[in-house]
Parts: sequence; structure tokens; C-alpha cells
Amino acid sequence: MNFIVDAIRWILDPMHFPGPNGIATRISEHLLISFFVVLIASGIAIPLGYVIGHTGRGKSIAVLATGGIRALPTLGLLSIIALSIGIGLTAPFIALVVLAIPSILAGAYSGFEAVDRRTVDAARAVGMTEAQIIRRVELPLGLPLLIGGLRAASLQVIATATLADYLGGGGLGHYIFAGQQTQDYPQMLGGSLLVIFLAVISEVSFGILQRLVVPAGVRSPSVTSRRTETARTDLGRVEVGRTESSETITAAGSPQTKGTT
Amino acid sequence: MIEFRSVTKRFGDGTVAIEDFSLVVPSRRTTVLVGSSGSGKTTLLRMINRMIDPTSGGIEIDGEDTSTLEPVKLRRRIGYVMQNSGLLPHLKVIDNIATVPILNGVKRALAREQALELLDTVGLDRSLAERYPNQLSGGQQQRVGVARGLAADPNILLMDEPFGAVDPIVRDELQRELIRLQRELGKTVVFVTHDIDEAFLLGDQVVILETGGRVAQVGSPSEIMQSPANEFVASFIGTERGKRALSIRRTARGRVLVDGAGRTAGVLVDEPATTGHDVDSAANSGADSVAQVTVAQDLGADATTGAVLDAAAGPSNEPSGLLAAEPIVR
Repeated sequence: MNFIVDAIRWILDPMHFPGPNGIATRISEHLLISFFVVLIASGIAIPLGYVIGHTGRGKSIAVLATGGIRALPTLGLLSIIALSIGIGLTAPFIALVVLAIPSILAGAYSGFEAVDRRTVDAARAVGMTEAQIIRRVELPLGLPLLIGGLRAASLQVIATATLADYLGGGGLGHYIFAGQQTQDYPQMLGGSLLVIFLAVISEVSFGILQRLVVPAGVRSPSVTSRRTETARTDLGRVEVGRTESSETITAAGSPQTKGTT
Repeated sequence: MIEFRSVTKRFGDGTVAIEDFSLVVPSRRTTVLVGSSGSGKTTLLRMINRMIDPTSGGIEIDGEDTSTLEPVKLRRRIGYVMQNSGLLPHLKVIDNIATVPILNGVKRALAREQALELLDTVGLDRSLAERYPNQLSGGQQQRVGVARGLAADPNILLMDEPFGAVDPIVRDELQRELIRLQRELGKTVVFVTHDIDEAFLLGDQVVILETGGRVAQVGSPSEIMQSPANEFVASFIGTERGKRALSIRRTARGRVLVDGAGRTAGVLVDEPATTGHDVDSAANSGADSVAQVTVAQDLGADATTGAVLDAAAGPSNEPSGLLAAEPIVR
């Protein structure tokens, strides 16, 4: 517990906040790195995922590839890239992009795949072009799952972006590496806590966003209140049907009575 | 007029869905393609708007070869109604209906205004316009589907088992509604179903299909009922046994008609006409749920068979069964 108290005290120390190695700078570095990593990974993974999801082709390759990439140890990958292109921010940046791609790719194509094929078929049958089907049908309906992919990717990237400083790239990882080298454990743990804090913020905001992008007609809460209304109309309809049939029974009864007389 | 000319469809795996199919679908009439699964009826329907392209042969719409037309443009001028409505779940009812006109470049406000009118046309309250499809009952969704099919005011309306997934009461209602609509609008309707009763109820022309899209018989419901082309048709429409094999039985209350299973199918209200082919529609016609029947064809003294008409007529007086024997003792 002492470590944690010390770490929190370290975070709250106003001396640690400003300056080039201050918490404010490191947090913004960390966020900037994460943001651009997710942005570039999205730029690669979303179009690819949509092509796979829309055409249904290459899905098995995508599943295999994403599984394989997920299994890559990021630190090892980072070292290999760094060996070939040298020290700096570029190597960790590439490694993080590779880390982020599988989640986003999976979110993108599963979002498309989750759209009912009959809905897509109907959209095509009424005369939508393929581009219109993607834009007006698959995209809005698949958006929640895509955001889910972005959410998972962001979480991974924020947590792993600490590696950016492994080769001097900055970010909150700096406190962890520097703390380890100088045996300044409150600083090390403080840096970790800040990373956790960012990860939680990311999770919460993406969680809210994910709820917001669910298309209105697909959302369930608002439906419940109205569904009772619909049920009521249905009841009314059945009753109408019933009166009709009882009328016909009486109508049919009359010729029978005629028959006896 | 839609004309199929020796259409054949082979799928990639070698199965032949349709083989050398030819048919003329008359304008402003309802043509029903009926057959069991595997008969290729849906494949045929989807060839009309080029959702599927034939392997060989061609389809002409008013003399125009569809293979020369751009599929998207062609689809936008043909209404399409499918099972489970196929509505876009994330769009409000009104926007679903207005989809095609907006794609065609109609101004949004105007398209929505027309969509409201279409709600009236298909018998839905305008208050449903702002709802989403999953807030409607199955029957209401199907009506919206029909409204969407009509939105671009197409000459042709394709309907792929549109009432297959709703319960019988609602189906009944939707069928009657379609008959009314068709009387008002006079579209060229091509309707696919596996339900022969539905085919006889809705169709001006009924096409009975065997496997591979082979035409077993084409004709009006009466023609098919009165002279089934072969064994297959006879058994498919059920004139040999079941509910269309009717016989007259004398009871204390008068003459009743009994079906193949021995269940009473209805009450005979008319005397059999001795001459002529006139159909005397039952005066006291009720709903078709109760089979009030009237003997239609000339049941001469020794006539053994004849068609029996249902009083609640569809577009034409479609027969509801065949009298298998004439056990009346006068």
C-alpha cells in the first residue's frame, strides 16, 4: 500500500506537473502517439475490413492474419524494427500500428458481416448501387461494432504506448523506464497509474460513443415503450378479425336454417 | 408485358435451376408463379430485375431486352416486395418508403409527402410514419414493404412470398388488401408463392412449376382446376384428395359438401345449373373462411365432376374445389 500512496503523492506533487518532463507534457505526448497510431491503423484496417465485409472475400485470410498479428510480442517486434530503421519514435510507432490493426480490422468486417444479408439484398433489389449499400446500409448498421474495434485497439495502444520511450520516444513510458533505472519506484508506479487512468478514460468515452452510434431503429430502450402500443393495436386487430368471423358464422347459419324449413 | 425467352440458369456448382423456360407475363394482370422449393420460382422472379442474370436466353420488358439495361436503373423502375419486408431497420417507416424516389433524385420533402400518401394507399395510419420497422407488427411491416415497392410508381411489381411469414389472419387481410390495390392500380404483378390457395386467390394467370422451372401448366385458376394438365398438377392443386376433392352429402339440414378427409367443407346453396356455363354467385356471400359453395359448371344429370366456386370471389370467381362424384339422389 505504501508504494501506491507514494506513487499518488508523486503524481500529485505540483513540482512534477510542468516542464518538458512534466506530467502534462508526458500525458499529451502519450495521447498524441496513441491518437496517431489509432488513426493510421484505422486508415489501413477500416477500408480493408469493409472490402472483406462487403464482398465476403478473404475473410478466412483476415481471421488468420489478425490472429497471427495479435500473437506477435510487441516488444520483440519493436526491437526488430528498431534494428533495421534505428532509434527514435518511428519504430515504436510502426510496432503500435501493427498492434492496433487486428482489433480495428475485426471490428470493421464483423460490423459489415453482422448486417442481415436479407437487408442488404433488399437494398440492392430496390436499386441501390454497391456504394450506396455501403454508405446507407452497411456503414450505419455496422458502426457500433467498428467503434467496438476502435475501443479495443485504443485500449491496447494506450497501454502499450509506454514502449514508445523504450527507444527515447517519450510519453508516459518515460516515467516507467526512468523510474526503473533510478530505482525511483514511486515515479515508476505513478507513471503506470497515469497510464491506467488514460486507459479508463478511453474505455468510458468509447463506451458512451458506442451507445450513441447505435442507429435509432435498432436501439432497444425506446422500443419497449412503443412496443406495448403496437401490441395493443395488434390486439385490436385480432378482435376485429374475431367479430368478422363470428359474423360469417351467423351468415352461414342462415342458409342452414333455410334448409331445415 | 414481360417475356421470358428460353431462359436457362446454371449456377456455378453445375446445378441447373431453370431449364429452357418461356413465358409471357401479361401487363396489368397478376401472374403467380407457384411451386414447391427447388422449382426455381424465386430465381425466375429475380431474373426480371436482374438480381440474377440468366445463363442463356433472355427476358424482355415491353420489347426491351433487359440485358441491355443497367441493373440499378432497371431495379429502380420495378417494385420489389420480399418476405420479412426487407425494410432498412435504421430508417423510419417514411424514409424506408421514400428510399427509391430519393435515389431517383426526387426532392426529400416531396418524396416524404408522397410516402405519407402511400401509407394511406396501403391502409396504414399516417401516425406510423415516424416509427422504426421493429416497432411495427409483421403485417404492418409487410404493408410498408408494399408501399415501398409502389413508391417509384413502377409498372411492374415483383412480390417474393411477401405474406409467407405472417400469421393466417393477417395473411388473409393482406391478400384481400392486395386484391383491392391491384383493382385500383392495375400493375403488372409477378407473385411467387408455394401456397396454391394463395395462387388461386390472387392470380389472373397461374404458372405451376415443377423442379428446374419446368412449366407444368399455365392458365387461369378455373382452367387449371377444371382441366389439370397432368397428374402432377392434379395432385399439386389437391383435386384428387384433400380439401379440393369435394362430394355432396345429404344431411337433415340440407346438402353439404364434404372434402377428401371427410370434413364438411361447406353448404351447397344453389341448385346445380342444368344448362349453360353461367356462374351464379351466391347472393348471401360471406367471408371466404366459410366455404359457401355454388356449383359452377354444368352438372348435367350424369355429370360426374364439376368445379365448385367459392362465394367470396377474388378478382375472378376462382373455384375452390372439384366435385369428385355426384351422389345426389333426386
